[in-house]
Amino acid sequence: MRLGTSATFNRRFGIGWMLAAYAFLYVPIFALVLYSFNDSPLPNVWRGFTLRWYAALVRDAELMSGLWLSLQIAFLTACGSVVLGTLAAFALVKYRRFPGRTLFSGMVSAPLVMPEVVVGLSLLLMLVSVQRALGFPERGLGTIWLGHLLLGMAYATVVIQSRLQAMPPQLEEAAMDLGARPHQVFWLVTLPTIAQGLASAWLLTFTISLDDVVLSAFLSGPGSTTMPLVIFSRARLGLNPSVNAVATVVIAIVAVGVLLASWLIARSEQRRQAELAAAAHA
Amino acid sequence: MRVRHLVPGRALVIALPMLFLLLFFLAPFFIVGKISVSEMETVTFKPVLTVVDGILTLKLKLANYAFLAADDLYLKTYLSSIQYAAATTALCLLVGYPFAYFMARARPAVQPALVMLVMLPFWTSFLLRVYAWRGLLAEGGWVADIIVGTGLDGLLLQLGLISAPGKLMHTPFSLVIGMSYTYLPFMVLPLYASLAKMDLRLLEAAADLGATPWVAFWRVTVPLSRAGIIAGSMLVFIPCIGEFVIPELLGGPETLMIGRVIWDEFFSNNDWPMASTVAVVMVLLIIVPLAVFSKYQAEAQEAAR
Repeated sequence: MRLGTSATFNRRFGIGWMLAAYAFLYVPIFALVLYSFNDSPLPNVWRGFTLRWYAALVRDAELMSGLWLSLQIAFLTACGSVVLGTLAAFALVKYRRFPGRTLFSGMVSAPLVMPEVVVGLSLLLMLVSVQRALGFPERGLGTIWLGHLLLGMAYATVVIQSRLQAMPPQLEEAAMDLGARPHQVFWLVTLPTIAQGLASAWLLTFTISLDDVVLSAFLSGPGSTTMPLVIFSRARLGLNPSVNAVATVVIAIVAVGVLLASWLIARSEQRRQAELAAAAHA
Repeated sequence: MRVRHLVPGRALVIALPMLFLLLFFLAPFFIVGKISVSEMETVTFKPVLTVVDGILTLKLKLANYAFLAADDLYLKTYLSSIQYAAATTALCLLVGYPFAYFMARARPAVQPALVMLVMLPFWTSFLLRVYAWRGLLAEGGWVADIIVGTGLDGLLLQLGLISAPGKLMHTPFSLVIGMSYTYLPFMVLPLYASLAKMDLRLLEAAADLGATPWVAFWRVTVPLSRAGIIAGSMLVFIPCIGEFVIPELLGGPETLMIGRVIWDEFFSNNDWPMASTVAVVMVLLIIVPLAVFSKYQAEAQEAAR
């Protein structure tokens, strides 16, 4: 009897704790969205519904050019990170021994935790030295991309690595037994199997790049102000309804993107499972 | 043997990311180290190594390090960075452990959805979520109203986390809340991973041997989730030490953080050697937790095989 009541208590306590923790995670997002519709320039004073901050957004040239630059960089970063991340994950999962493996795995995961201020400062100082010696590169889109690649590669490697490890080795072995060349095995078996990991790595690095402040601040040049830099400089000054409107747009795009992506991934996964099951029965 | 030849150009697969990291991650650190001991001329740095009359001379300017050691403010800033990072880690563990525990013990069918819900905020802008706390903690904000309404601000005042009743923004309190909020998923996910794969029969065995659920929790569950605790704590602690955006938006003038000092030395004072010196010392500070973290990462990889 005593066990029964304590189990109920545990269940209730657990549900309560989880609800509180989820509230902690979601209330700020909810507040941002709600106050973007607030017809009052004062924060925290609700004065009715309006869409005027959204109308102002479209006319905001600084923000729009920042958004365009950020989207370009994010696209390039996501593509580059997935390529480098796939190579790095492959090296770590498939090749157990090679010279410098410890250094390699350390360097791959270090940008995950290394404070961005340090990464940004050091990369900038190196680029400045190179620029003095060779006359290039100018600071701008390219240099920001380089910094974001470092960060994106680390995240992409983690995601793709776990996918590669979960892949049954029999698939590749079977393909080899059936006479596939190594590059055919890679393109026809390995890559399709880890495609879901590649897709989520791409999306993740895209959003990380789209959001980055510190690396961009160090690596941007005159005239290359990304959207987060614009938002950050406004947010520093205080609360600003236009920032709430941007936030809501970003959140809506990301929510739709993530839902769409997970739906597509789940569907292709189901199809793959069905094919595997059919192949097993045949 | 066969796996080894799976991809043609094995050397290329390793060399390409390796070169990229050596060139753009490792080499820059050495340059920062070099600049931290260089004298700054108007636009360039004097070379550290020079050949004078056929003799190689090494000229190190350690004045920056001496200045750093002598100035009280830098020392205080390092210490308070560690304090805030440690407080954030503790709060994340306190909130995150029960959170991850109940997630891992929920019905298996709902667990993927629960994990997804923890990861989802991570997909929306970090900058904007931090900014949101400015509204919530400002006077009249939702969270501020709750805290002041329940009289919790008196407790915070006594703990020295805020300096005046009702004033929550730009205090150590708002800084730690903001950092905990941002980094909580980094704590919860590794904890969940290690708690979810635990063999529950071990708890039955403990119960059969006479342990109460409470004892079993502390002597079986917690030790088995040690890897998750270490990984989660490092993932929170290390980035918090050098955090810049959160202290800038939620901290105040008295919440000293080392990331802000590097930023100010670089962008406001234009003192690149000093910024480099502060950065080098910070890297030395986090190198031990960093080594623990990568050792854990490597072990986790081995375990996954």
